[in-house]
Amino acid sequence: MTNEIIRIENLNKTFLAKDKKIVALNNINLSIRRGEIFGIIGLSGAGKSTLVRCINYLEEPTEGSVIFEEKNLGKLKKKELLKARRSMAMIFQNFNLLSQRNALQNVCFPMEIAGVPKAEAKKRAEELLNVVGLSDRMTSYPSQMSGGQKQRVAIARALSTNPSVLLCDEATSALDPNTTAQILELLKKINQELGITIVIITHEMKVIESICNRVAVIDDSHIVELGEVKDVFLHPKSKIARQLIFPHGDAASQKFESGKRSLRLVFDGTTAFEPVISQLTLECRAMVNIVAANTKTVHGKPVGQMVIQLPSDRDAVNRIMVYLIDKGIKFEEVTEA
Amino acid sequence: MNTALILMSSWAEKIANIFKSVTVSDYADAFLATMGITLISTVIAYLFGIPLGVLLYGTSEEKMFPNRLINKILGIIVNVFRSIPFIILLVMIQPVAKLIVGKTIGNAAFVFYLTVAAIPFIARMIETSLHEVDKGIIEAAQSMGAGNFKIICKVLIPEAKPSLLLGAAIVFATILGYTPMAYLIAGDGLGALAIQYGLYRFNPTVMYISSILLIILVQIMQEAFGFLARKTDRRISK
Ligand SMILES: Nc1ncnc2c1ncn2[C@@H]1O[C@H](COP(=O)(O)OP(=O)(O)O)[C@@H](O)[C@H]1O
Ligand SMILES: [Mg+2]
Repeated sequence: MTNEIIRIENLNKTFLAKDKKIVALNNINLSIRRGEIFGIIGLSGAGKSTLVRCINYLEEPTEGSVIFEEKNLGKLKKKELLKARRSMAMIFQNFNLLSQRNALQNVCFPMEIAGVPKAEAKKRAEELLNVVGLSDRMTSYPSQMSGGQKQRVAIARALSTNPSVLLCDEATSALDPNTTAQILELLKKINQELGITIVIITHEMKVIESICNRVAVIDDSHIVELGEVKDVFLHPKSKIARQLIFPHGDAASQKFESGKRSLRLVFDGTTAFEPVISQLTLECRAMVNIVAANTKTVHGKPVGQMVIQLPSDRDAVNRIMVYLIDKGIKFEEVTEA
Repeated sequence: MNTALILMSSWAEKIANIFKSVTVSDYADAFLATMGITLISTVIAYLFGIPLGVLLYGTSEEKMFPNRLINKILGIIVNVFRSIPFIILLVMIQPVAKLIVGKTIGNAAFVFYLTVAAIPFIARMIETSLHEVDKGIIEAAQSMGAGNFKIICKVLIPEAKPSLLLGAAIVFATILGYTPMAYLIAGDGLGALAIQYGLYRFNPTVMYISSILLIILVQIMQEAFGFLARKTDRRISK
């Protein structure tokens, strides 16, 4: 077994809508490692869903190949492809549960398709509903459950055929922040305890930060950035990545236009945020304006970024820079939002 | 006085006629005939209408086996058959009835005509119901490695069930609405009774009683299917 579970090579996907071509994916190359939680982030319409649908061949790529567990999906026969898909379960933003089946019957569904004997399927479904914390809702129908509960059923259903990969397309986008956190926790547990590789598609940076190991940033059908979450988060190279990290970037860019200089401070986990700013104000005898901030605890460390607007007093600016260098806080001048 | 007597006797005769000409058992026979003709036609028409409806659905854009050509051809055939008035269709397909049923008149032939007329209608009803099924649910099933046949049997039809049941009530009422035409080809039923006595023998009572029985039949079926649809729909939380 190699370290690599999914490899995407030179993948292109073009849709023909009426008489014009829509390029949804352009030369995507990606390697997903066994056992990792891999994030794919991008704005709406970037091509994320198309990419994930190409991974399990729900969508046939126009060009390029998807290699899953050393099998080239494009070369498989229909039957073999259907079988391969059972090893790549998928969950969705809208849960997509069967509305006429209760939780237990929903979890049994993929096993029915795979031909697992009824009694065995039922037993496994009960176990899985236990794992996702729904042992008391086995006979509830989707219409009787909350969004979080429905996503739990969907996760149990996805796990029923013992997949090696779980593809999540905006799985938490319809949920409130609390429920999102719980579902992400559950996904992390599944990854750690069952060793299932997870691919998470999202437009929310906070989802990536909280559970992903590596991330690919996709913009306008291209992958524009790829790397460890911490690296991308701390040193975003692309404009789109910065925009995703600062969701309120619009407000920031308006303030930049006022002509004042701004600094982007990077907290890499060695210093905490708040004392720095209050001390800076005290020691440098200068007021700074926090234009945008995105500070989080990633893997237990305080990391984040902050954009501050500098005072117009040149001496004060110098004092601030000296102070930052002294404290070992990385910073850079921001010229664009 | 003489005229009064004559009048009275003619009234008496008329009233007697009503009961003499059509007995309760006649009504019962007619009721059963209508019910039988309608049910048998509906069931046979569904046997053909379901696959046709699934095909119309599945070949449409972005569905399981999109095929513009087949979809267009089937669509045109269905529309053509649906736009031919029943009575004309009946005449047109008499040779086929002769071939399949062995006769061109009578109840069995009439069931054949009704069935042919109902198939395209049912196919459209089924197609419409299937289109109501959430695309995401089908995608989920595909992601689990379900093939088209399993998706049809285990996802599409069960998920569309409430809508299909309500559709069946409409189909039944529509087919029932055509049953009086049986009179034209020596068939039986409430409609035939109503035409025969009400229209040609000036006996409106028979017409009214037959019509009321037809209305009751439609109501019963409508209620039964509606009840089933509601009762079995799990989207309605109780
Ligand atoms: N079936 C389709 N037909 C035509 N265009 C499509 C289809 N699916 C997606 N697209 C287009 O491809 C682009 C990427 O879509 P999608 O992958 O859904 O983006 P995301 O999930 O990142 O929001 C969009 O411009 C979208 O309109
Ligand atoms: Mg999407």
